[in-house]
Amino acid sequence: MPSVQAATALTTRSETLQNGLKVMIQEVHTAPLVSVWCWYRVGSRDEAPGRTGVSHWVEHMNFKGTRNIPRDQMKGLVERYGGMWNGYTWIDETTYLETAGRNALDQLLFLEAERMANGLYEAEDCESERTVIISELQGGENDPDQLLDQEVTATAFRAHPYRHPTIGWLPDLRSMTRDDLYGHYRRYYVPNNATLVIAGDVEADDVLRRVERILGSIPSGNVPARTPIVEPPQLGERRVVVERPGTTSYLKMAWHAPAATDPDFFPVLVLDAILTGAKGLNLWTSFRGTPPQRKSRLYTALVERSLASSVSGALVPTAEPFLYMLSMTAMQGIELPVLEAAIHEQIEKLRDHGVTEEETARGRRQLRARFVFENDSVTNIAHQLGYFETVTGPGFFTELQSHVARVTADQVSEVARRRLASTARTVGWFKPLGERE
Amino acid sequence: MTTAAARGLSPVRTVLDSGAVVIAQEASLTPAVTINATVMAGGAHEPDPLQGLAFLTGRVLDRGTEHRSAETIAEELDDRGVAFRVATARHPMSVTCTCLAEDFPDVLDIVLDIVRHPVFPEAEVAKRRAECLTSLRQDQENPAARAVEALFELLYGPSHAYGRRSKGTEYSLERITRDDLIAFHAARFRPALLSLVIVGDVSASSATDQSAVLLDGWKSAPVTDSEIAAPLPAGRREHTVAIPGKSQADIAYGFTTIRRLDPRYYAYFILNNILGQFGLGGRLAENIRERQGMAYYAYSAIDPSVGEGPLLIRAGVDPDNVARALAAIDHEVGTLGKEGPLPEELSQSKEYLIGSIPRMLETNAGIASFLQTVEQFGLGLDYDQQMPGHLEAVTLEEVRAAATELLQPERAAVAIAGP
Repeated sequence: MPSVQAATALTTRSETLQNGLKVMIQEVHTAPLVSVWCWYRVGSRDEAPGRTGVSHWVEHMNFKGTRNIPRDQMKGLVERYGGMWNGYTWIDETTYLETAGRNALDQLLFLEAERMANGLYEAEDCESERTVIISELQGGENDPDQLLDQEVTATAFRAHPYRHPTIGWLPDLRSMTRDDLYGHYRRYYVPNNATLVIAGDVEADDVLRRVERILGSIPSGNVPARTPIVEPPQLGERRVVVERPGTTSYLKMAWHAPAATDPDFFPVLVLDAILTGAKGLNLWTSFRGTPPQRKSRLYTALVERSLASSVSGALVPTAEPFLYMLSMTAMQGIELPVLEAAIHEQIEKLRDHGVTEEETARGRRQLRARFVFENDSVTNIAHQLGYFETVTGPGFFTELQSHVARVTADQVSEVARRRLASTARTVGWFKPLGERE
Repeated sequence: MTTAAARGLSPVRTVLDSGAVVIAQEASLTPAVTINATVMAGGAHEPDPLQGLAFLTGRVLDRGTEHRSAETIAEELDDRGVAFRVATARHPMSVTCTCLAEDFPDVLDIVLDIVRHPVFPEAEVAKRRAECLTSLRQDQENPAARAVEALFELLYGPSHAYGRRSKGTEYSLERITRDDLIAFHAARFRPALLSLVIVGDVSASSATDQSAVLLDGWKSAPVTDSEIAAPLPAGRREHTVAIPGKSQADIAYGFTTIRRLDPRYYAYFILNNILGQFGLGGRLAENIRERQGMAYYAYSAIDPSVGEGPLLIRAGVDPDNVARALAAIDHEVGTLGKEGPLPEELSQSKEYLIGSIPRMLETNAGIASFLQTVEQFGLGLDYDQQMPGHLEAVTLEEVRAAATELLQPERAAVAIAGP
């Protein structure tokens, strides 16, 4: 029986090629599959005003054909091996993945090599993708919860580029040019700004030879240095009210969160488990269903008392301080001020009296289990290796369990007191117009 | 190198005296176990006037048993970090969870207690009903949900098992009583309708033995389900739902298809892959997204079931582009219907579908869900080994015939929801 410790403390082969490409290989021999992820240290935080959304648009363009893989041949390249492919962009990172039969490995590495060095960015492809992305944005706006998330995030930050949505602001998406896209691509898509992760039914030495052969000759480049941007302290509560036609009220409350490498991160992670149930730390799987949360403080105070039909919390590991956000859907007939007062009461109680040993132990146990569940496939394992390498740097991922195991109730109480002040919060309401009350 | 999935699954199936089926499959990538207890108690089995009864039953099922209060269940599951959910579909209702292997005996005990002995406390029924009503109101302003709901009603009619609203209506939900839940549970949660699948880091014999002990003494008479009525043939019909204030319109376009055990199943399955799945979303995405840049998503999905399930085509587009997107769907559906697929499309789709089986069977949850489908339709314990042969055997003529039968724009149902 594999132990919980062994399941999350992997022995990964890590090497850096001469061109600066970081390569991480994890052998997993339970299924005849291989998962390849290529990570770039560029996300929406690297975008200048007027160019918001450029990283995500570039990601879309990188599925459009390259010098050696014409666009019409892109289709079917991975499918031939029974594979799936995808990619995502977020605030700190952009990534591409394929998971397929293990005999696809050379083909997948070739695809990533082409993507890194030989993207075409045909003008007409850029134009047709502009409207696809605007459609993606409009689809997101159809969801009041997502719209409110965007508004609260933009309100919570004054200086840091984490404030703008990864998909970009609509006027920027309308005005950006092919040259903006291509320039961004060439600046950041170089081997010394990338991490290539391979996990699956492969042999590490063999993989390394193949990577060297297929990606070793791509020249490195000068990557723009990330200017550290420190968000100034928030001096008072901020509020945003979105009013639109709708049927349901939503409420969000956000505080500035610690970066993943901040000593506060794990106490806040356990705090989130106590407030809303543990989600774990895998962005690729965290959308799968609700977490264990029925004993959590906010579920019992809000959902069990029929003030909200759902509550969730989000703390994501990021390179710089992002947000800890609570989200609630108001029960029909419950006014937003009533719901908001109930949350304030819970947060103040937490800050005044702290958390119990029992709650802290439950939070730790939940996270211990979640870290196992979220590594249940080569795709998920490869995601975690690449994500943490890109966002936090080496040595972090393998220590998740031990970091969580060391969190004490006193630490959790202390971060709650210090970080969840009323003056440091941002509150967002979605008020439906035309509600039948 | 021999790997587990290359050798195929080796599930152990046991039929208990009560008629309950237990299927256990060992898998040891992680020290975790997935439990999937499925009962044929989905929306198709609820009495017509009580729309949403199955859904509400699923929401209250785990809120207290003869042996455990709702709070005790919450505590026992939360303490172990268990990811637990009850999912209600047209035919099955599934109680699924994943736990650490070290917690398996305790969690199995809780799951089977929930399945066998729920008490549906009055206060819990009231709370979960209120949540369901909120969820219904949320759906009312969700163009995707509204378009699909309207399409199913067009395809099957509002009182058909597949045309009814699975979450019910405000009117029906408000009329469902605790006694209705108790009666529904008594009628549908029977050992003969239960299949329990256990996948993960536990031995098949131990999983089966523990299940047999926990299911001991559960007896009931068998039930005979009424037939799902075949949908009536119909011409083109369209319906528009106005939802003010939305940025994008959602299109749902579809047909009724065949039953899962129909011999044409694999031809239909491959046809759907070519139309709206392969790559980014088959021919549909190639046209609507790639060539015309009109939508972030355009795809199709097919669901042959106990009855004639739907083929559903979906796209989300700018409200100004609805007519153009519909024309593109009609074009792709009509062309594939008239001409059938190209030989290379057939071979590519086959290659993809056969090659993707190991991926489908990689996780415990994936294997559990696969084995439940195998059990529901009696596909055979070695179905993962048989499936490639079934797909390989499909000929171009069979897919052409399926396309001709199914893909007729003049017979499509179309629902559009948006501003």
